[in-house]
Order: sequence, then structure tokens, then C-alpha cells
Amino acid sequence: MLKKGENYELRTELNSEYRERRKEAVRRVIANMTIGKDVSDLFTDVLKNMQTDDLEIKKLIYLYLMSYAREKPDLVILAINTFVRDSEDNNPLLRALAIRTMGCLHVFEILDYIREPLLRCLRDNDAYVRKTAVVCVAKIYELSKEAADEHGLIDIVIDMLSDSNALVVANAVSSLREINDIAIANGQTRPVWLISDSSVVQLLKVLNDNTEWGQISILEALVDYTPTKPRAIKICDAALPRLQHANSGVVLAAIRLLLEYERFIEDQEIISKYNKKLIPPLISLLSTTPEIQYVALRSISLVLKKHPLLLSKELSLFFLKYNDPDYIKFEKLDLLVKLCTENNVEKLLSELSEYSKEVDSSVCRRAVSAIEKLALKFGDSAEKCLDVLIEIIELKGIYAVQQSAIAVCNISRTYTHLGNGKIAGVVVPALYNVYDLIESDPNSKASLIFLIGEFQSVDQDIAYELLERLEPDLLSEEDSVQLAIIHASVSFFLKNPSRAQQLVLKIIQGAFENCSSMDVRDVSFMYWRLLSSNPEIAKQIVLAKKPSIDCFTGTEITEKELEEYLAKLGNVSSVVQILPHKFLPKSGQTPGSAVAGSDSSDMFDHSTLEEQTDGQKHSMQVDDEPELLISF
Amino acid sequence: MASSVFVLDNKGKPLIARDYKGDIPMSAIDNFMPLLQEKEETEGTAAPVLFQNGVVYMYLQEANIYLVAMSRKDSNAMTILQFLRRLSQVFTEYFKNLEEESIRDNFVIIYELLDEMMDYGIPQLTETKILKEYITQESHALEIQLHPPTAATNAVSWRSDGIFYRKNEVFLDIVESINMLINSNGTVLSGEIMGAIKMKVYLSGMPELRLGLNDKTMFEKSGKGFYIILLQNLFSSKGKAIEMEDVKFHQCVRLNRFESDRTISFIPPDGDFELMTYRLGIQAKSQFKQRSTANNVEIIVPVPEDCDSPKFKCSTGNVSYAPEINSFVWKIKQFPGSKQEFVRAHFGLPSIRDGGPEKRPPISIKFDIPYFTTSGIQVRYLKIVERSGYQALPWVRYITKNGEYQVRMPEPLKDPTGTHLPRI
Repeated sequence: MLKKGENYELRTELNSEYRERRKEAVRRVIANMTIGKDVSDLFTDVLKNMQTDDLEIKKLIYLYLMSYAREKPDLVILAINTFVRDSEDNNPLLRALAIRTMGCLHVFEILDYIREPLLRCLRDNDAYVRKTAVVCVAKIYELSKEAADEHGLIDIVIDMLSDSNALVVANAVSSLREINDIAIANGQTRPVWLISDSSVVQLLKVLNDNTEWGQISILEALVDYTPTKPRAIKICDAALPRLQHANSGVVLAAIRLLLEYERFIEDQEIISKYNKKLIPPLISLLSTTPEIQYVALRSISLVLKKHPLLLSKELSLFFLKYNDPDYIKFEKLDLLVKLCTENNVEKLLSELSEYSKEVDSSVCRRAVSAIEKLALKFGDSAEKCLDVLIEIIELKGIYAVQQSAIAVCNISRTYTHLGNGKIAGVVVPALYNVYDLIESDPNSKASLIFLIGEFQSVDQDIAYELLERLEPDLLSEEDSVQLAIIHASVSFFLKNPSRAQQLVLKIIQGAFENCSSMDVRDVSFMYWRLLSSNPEIAKQIVLAKKPSIDCFTGTEITEKELEEYLAKLGNVSSVVQILPHKFLPKSGQTPGSAVAGSDSSDMFDHSTLEEQTDGQKHSMQVDDEPELLISF
Repeated sequence: MASSVFVLDNKGKPLIARDYKGDIPMSAIDNFMPLLQEKEETEGTAAPVLFQNGVVYMYLQEANIYLVAMSRKDSNAMTILQFLRRLSQVFTEYFKNLEEESIRDNFVIIYELLDEMMDYGIPQLTETKILKEYITQESHALEIQLHPPTAATNAVSWRSDGIFYRKNEVFLDIVESINMLINSNGTVLSGEIMGAIKMKVYLSGMPELRLGLNDKTMFEKSGKGFYIILLQNLFSSKGKAIEMEDVKFHQCVRLNRFESDRTISFIPPDGDFELMTYRLGIQAKSQFKQRSTANNVEIIVPVPEDCDSPKFKCSTGNVSYAPEINSFVWKIKQFPGSKQEFVRAHFGLPSIRDGGPEKRPPISIKFDIPYFTTSGIQVRYLKIVERSGYQALPWVRYITKNGEYQVRMPEPLKDPTGTHLPRI
């Protein structure tokens, strides 16, 4: 095998007496690893090169170890000495590198050896080493809660919240928040760390001096805090300047905090002062790169649910741009409907009719359905919306026409006066005129058929003509269309008994004798019985007023969900709108994965170690597979 | 936060990756591309945050490269996407361009960068200038070894100690881009000025800078055409609040100081950086009635893909057909304000055409106007103070140019008698 051959050659090179050749070999090993070739066989040979004063080689070998340690946990011991020595090196870069890498090995074997170096690095003189060590604590906690507890690591990290260096503080916060997540995922009910009054003071002190990422971490941690009213105001005032930060993550974290603290402030005047300050940064988030814009738009949509009028004057900023990716266009269309008020319906309508001319079917359809939503939202403007739809139908764009039929149908059900008026009089003939465009889309076709049967004032010739035209191919239609035809023919018959008797008989009979769909047969049979027993009762039932359509129900989230999403503004849960607790816990509360955490007495007993790691691997696969590990 | 970060080629094949947490098998990335395609098929588009089988994929695309982060938790998507964006910036600053080849050629450095910029999924140091001080293309022996720059952990994490220039100079460029969306009938739908103050700083030591802008004059009406709501409201809490403006600062600017007394004070990074960006609304029908002259004007008018035999006539500049972008381009070297010019273009169309709807990209316009800012913003002073007391020269330049300046096309060009384009 070629691969074997190459590894063989590399092995020789790794053991070469020449430094340069060994170095080149290590590079090639990593290059192979990068493109997915298996170089795990070379473990011991690579390790031999670990003691080097060449930083690049050292880093590469550390990287190699991180990738393969889990496969060869027993061999990792061979590397421990070098790690420990490096963690005592004069160069802080190397000390940090050693402690960072040890934490990433994910093998229990290191727990015994990492204690001393880690404790030392946590107290290191150099902030760079401390900020690395403090993150390492979370890695150890994930590997073994007991080991972390035993060494009192968590308390040390909590103490480091008052470190003199801002970055160390920020990483301590991040580390503690990760630890909280791990604890919750392991089934613990209480977080390990609760932010205390005194740490809040510390965090505020270092907020300014932190890197952008550190600021985000601190702002996020503050959201979990329950302040008194004066303190809440103080914290908000400290967060306000962050709205001017160039990093959108910082801006959104500050917005999240300000919104969350409203409930502690209570004072409407102060709240509305803060709200006003949110507007410019929210808008600026729209001039970012598309992926950032997407998260911003999703977040804005949630913020608007809480403060519906916040951006109502800024409608035009959400107009679609030609180059916007579709996912941005879709979000903007949703927001435009939300933002629209009675005052700017007309402006938005002319814009939406512009979008309905787009070639892209999904943008075009969504634009038309946005017009429908506007009609349902603002009764006074429903007629104007219809006018726009008529113009759109006359332009004969296929998708626009199809979606318009559906829109008109829904509008007619909410506003029956329009149904019998403009819709029956103008829209239906217009739609019938472009029937060849509608024909290919079942939903759209069913909508037009519904309109024709529903309204008395529809030109009865058109209705008759259409039903007659549909009758021969009834059986080849989709179920929804068949049902619409049956219903329309019955209501047409009840209105014009003499004219349509033959037709309705043909349709109903055809349906219940030959249709493959049970539903359609049932319905047609029911109509048959109804018509043959008592036409008066049939009239009362069939021509009764239908309940109106509410396109907004079902899509709205509950008050409680909204609160949860706002508390996680910018997080995945709020972006994809899946409640935070529905994300998979890390290792689950399943018996298999508990091995890693609960059996502390055995943890350092080497004889059982192998079994345990196996056990853990096993649990990874078995417990998580149905949810996650689809192809592994 | 993020469990792992991947750089993928345009087929979704990993070029390089880093596993930060080990809680998601790295092979989960194989599901990314199929998921993306599935979303595109079923929903018409794939959003930058996707969730499947317990794995969150967050990604961005840059040229032919995907940067993807995976997570199993309810992580902060905004932060992770912003981090990926930064990653792409750092890669670009290191390797000039972000493409398959540069990723493959530099895998050693990329591993080092990934190790340094994120730890256990938590973003760490992401300033290219500081990273370059200890992660370099040349390898170093440990004896002359690199230490972490003090800036890596300092409050001033963007500037190193001991910088020295014989000649101390600062260049300030104020660049304003005009974004404009104009309807096919000529009405302005939305417009804004995106301003940026870009600096090139060649200063020794740890200089303290203070920038003063003309916060009085710049807030008044300027010119006849653009009614500009200016920064007055922004820089002073007096005056009626106009909600459309915003300023964003580089992390070196002391935001608290700005919040309290509107002073822009900072210790700058060395070399190039963007000090601040600002946004202003433009209200009004915009016609260029300024006295300045626009340079290098380019008007790009889309035409149907299948048109042929173009003929042009124009009152100034020159017009050419650019079939590769299905447009004709009208170039005018200098365009004085308040002048009107015209162009007439003839095209042939095949007599039998596929009747489907046509794409109608907007007309786009490019230009730049030197020595001029639409907003009227001006630098009043730039104070530079350094312990050693050297004198430094500030240079200031102003320029206005197009941002996304687009005019929507009228109805498809079907009418054989010709279609009149809107006045721009």
C-alpha cells in the first residue's frame, strides 16, 4: 500500500540523525494529517522529536498530540515530561503553550500530572500565561469535575476575577461560564458560579480595558446577574458606550444587557432614554457583512416584538437591495410587514409591487404574500392592496400571478364585502384571464376555484365555464384542487340550480365513484347526501360565512418564549428560534456518560483507566447517536 | 462557544481545521455541504446559521472558501460569525488573499494562528499587527526566541512598545461613500452616507492622540441638494435627537471618554487602521448640485443578455459594451456638478426570444469627488502628545465616492420603440 510506504519513509526520516531532515519530516507528517491521511502510527517517532528548541516544530508536535492523544492515551505518558518541563520554561509563550495543549489532550492520563504545572501557571507572573491557565481549568473540569474540585481549581478561578490584568479577568469569566454550562449539561441543577456583587464591581472596572472579545464575555455574564435598581442603572450606563464599538458582537451584547435590565429599572423615563439610544446601533448593524446582518435582522425582529414602535420611522432602511443574499431578503420582507404602520402602507406597497417583478420565484412570492399580510393587518388599506395585486396580475409574471390568487383568496375570507365587490367584479376576471399561468400551481388553482364558487357576484358565466373546463380532468388533479372543485360546484349549483344541475352531478358522482383519495370520496359523498336530502339545509351549510383567515397566528412566539430569546439575543437559540434548553446537553444524563464524572474513586487508578476511556467512547457513540452522530 | 473551526474549499472539503473542544466528531463537517444544498433546494437559500442533528453550523463564504464553526451549545452566533470574519481578515493580511492555494501553502502558520486566536472555543487575540510580532513566516530558534508581546495582554492590546520612526507622521483620510437607492421613476427610496476616518500612523513610542472635528459647522445644512442631518445631535446631546445616525469606533478609542465629553482620544495602533465609521441619513431628492467635480464617473447600465450590435451616442465621455457583465459602461473622466449629459444606446435583439421574465439588475454608478465630503465634516485639530515630546505632522485628505449607488431599471426592455431610462 502506498500509504504504508509513505509512513515507513517518514518514520525513517523522523529518526534521521540530521536535524533539518527530522524537521522536514515533522512538517510532512502534519501536512498529511491536514489532508486527512492517517499518520497515527508514527506516534512514538513523532514524540521523539518533541524535545527541541525549534518553536515551530514544537508547536506542530503539540498539534499532532492533540489530534491523536485520544487514540493512544497510554503513549501520552511519554510526552508528559516534556510538557511539564516546558511549563516551567523561561519563555512565557512556551509555558502557556504547554498548559494550553495539555488541556486539549482529552485523556484522563494527564490529570495526575497537570495539577502542579496548572497551579503554578495560574499564579504565573506573566498575564499571558495566567489567561491561558485560567481557560485550562474549564478543560480539566470537563474532563473530570472531581479532579477540578479536588485541586480547588474553581475557587482559584473565582479569585482571579480580581486579577490585575483585564484579559485574565475576562478569560476567568469565560471559563466559569463554560464550567456552568458543563455542570448543567451533566445534570447539576445549580450553576457552579453565581456572579456576586463584589465580582460585578471587578468586572465593571475592567470592562473598558478589555479586548472586544473580553467585553462580550463580561457583558454576557452581567445579563445573568440580578441587580438592585440603582445598580442596574449604573451597569447600563457602563454598557452604553459599548454601543459605539466597531465589533457587532460587542454592540449586540450591550443591547441584550440593556433590554434585560429594563425589568430591574422599572422607571419608564429611564427605559425610554435607553431605548432611544438603541436605535442608531441597531440600524448600523444593517451596514455589515451579510452573515452579521442576518443575525442582526433576526435579533431586530425579536426586539421589535418587545418594542414594536422602536424602528417604525426607519422603514426604508429595510428595503431590499439587488445584491442582498436571499436569506437577507426574506428576513427584510418579514420585518417590513412588522414595521409597517397605517402611515406608510402605501410606500411599502409600491415597494413590494416592485419586488413582485423579481425573477427569483421565492422573493417574488414572498413579496406578494407580504402584500396579503398588509391587507389583513390594516383593514383600511385592504382595498389599496387589492389594487396593487390587480396591477401585478396584469403584468403576467407567472409566480406573482400564482401567489396573487392565493393572496386574494385569503383577503376575500377576511373581508367578505371586498369578496363580493372588487374581488368578484375585477380580480376574478383578471385571474381568469391568466388562467394558463395559474393552472400549473395547485394552491393557486384551488384558490381561484374557491373564489369562483364563493361569491355570488362573480360573473356566473365565468364560473360555469371554468367548472365545465375542469370537470373532465377532475381525477388527475391534486386532492386540494379536487376538493375545491367539488365545493365550488356545489355552491354554484345552490345559487343556479337550473343551470348547473348536470354539471354538479357529473362532478360529484365522478368524484365519489372514481377518486383514489378517501377524503375526496367522503366529501363528495357527503355533498351528494346533503343535496339529495334537503337543498334548503344544504344552502345554509354550504353558503354559510366562512371563518376569516389569520395569517399571523401560529407563527407568533409566546410571551415566555420571547423572554427566553431576548435573554439570549444573538445566540443560536434566538437566531433559529429553538428554545435554549432544547440544545443537546453535552454528555446527557445517560448512565454511560456518567462514567466520566461520577466514578472518582477509580479515576486515578490506572488499571481501570483503559476500560473507562473505552466506556466513555462507547457512551459517546451509543447515547448520542440518534441525535447527533448520524454518520459516525 | 465554538467547538471547532474549519476552512473548506468550495466543494465543502476541509483544507484545514482545528478542534477546540473535542465534543463533536470532526467528521460532522461532512454533513455541512449536503445541508447547505438541501436548504438551498427546499428554502431557496441557506442562512449563515444552520442546525441539524444537534450540531450548529455557522459559516461565511469568502471567494471560494468557506469558514465554518461548529458548536453543540446555544453559543453566541453573532460573536462566532464576527470571529470568523476576523479570521478571514487576519488570513488576508497574512497571505494577501484567501484562497485554496494560500491556505495549503501556509498550513503551519494557519495552525499557529488558530491556536493563538481561539482557546477552548473562546476568541482570544485577533489583532494581526500584534500576532505578526510572534507568529511569523520565518521559523525561530528558541534561543532568540519570541516572547508574547506585552501588548498581547496589555490594556493597550493593539500597540507594541518601542516603536520608533525617524520622521513622525500621521495621515488621515476621510472617505465618505454614498449609498443611494433610486426608484425607476427617479425618487430616492433610501440614501445614506457611510463615512470612515482611516489613519496611517507612523509615530514613535506610545503617543496619545486627540481628534477634534468641526462639530458646529458640520451639523448645518450643506449644499443645496443634500439636506444633511449632521453629527451635531450625535456629538452633543443638545438639539433634537435625530435617530438615524451612529458612530462606531476602533477599539483603541476610549468610549467612556467619548460618552462623557465627546472627546475622541486614543493611543493608535501602528500603521493602517480605521479609526471610526459614521453613518448619516440623506433626506431629499438628490441631484448633484454641488460645485465640486466628480472624477472617474462610470455609469453601468445592464442590458438583456442576448442583445447584439450595439451603437452609442453620447454628449461626453465614451461608452463601451461590456458583454461579460451584460451591460454598457459610460465613462466620464470629469463631471462638473449641475451639468446634464446624455447617452443614447441602440441594441438589436433576436426576433425570437425566450419569453421568460428577465432579470433586471439596477443601474450602478461609480464616481469619486476629491477634496470634498458630502457631510461637510472637517478635522479641526489632531493633537499628538508623546513623552519624548517629538513634533509630528498630521496630513488630512477628504474624498467622497460612491457606495452602493443604484438606480432601479424600469419595466423590462421589451418595447421596440425604446425605453427611457430614469434621470439620474
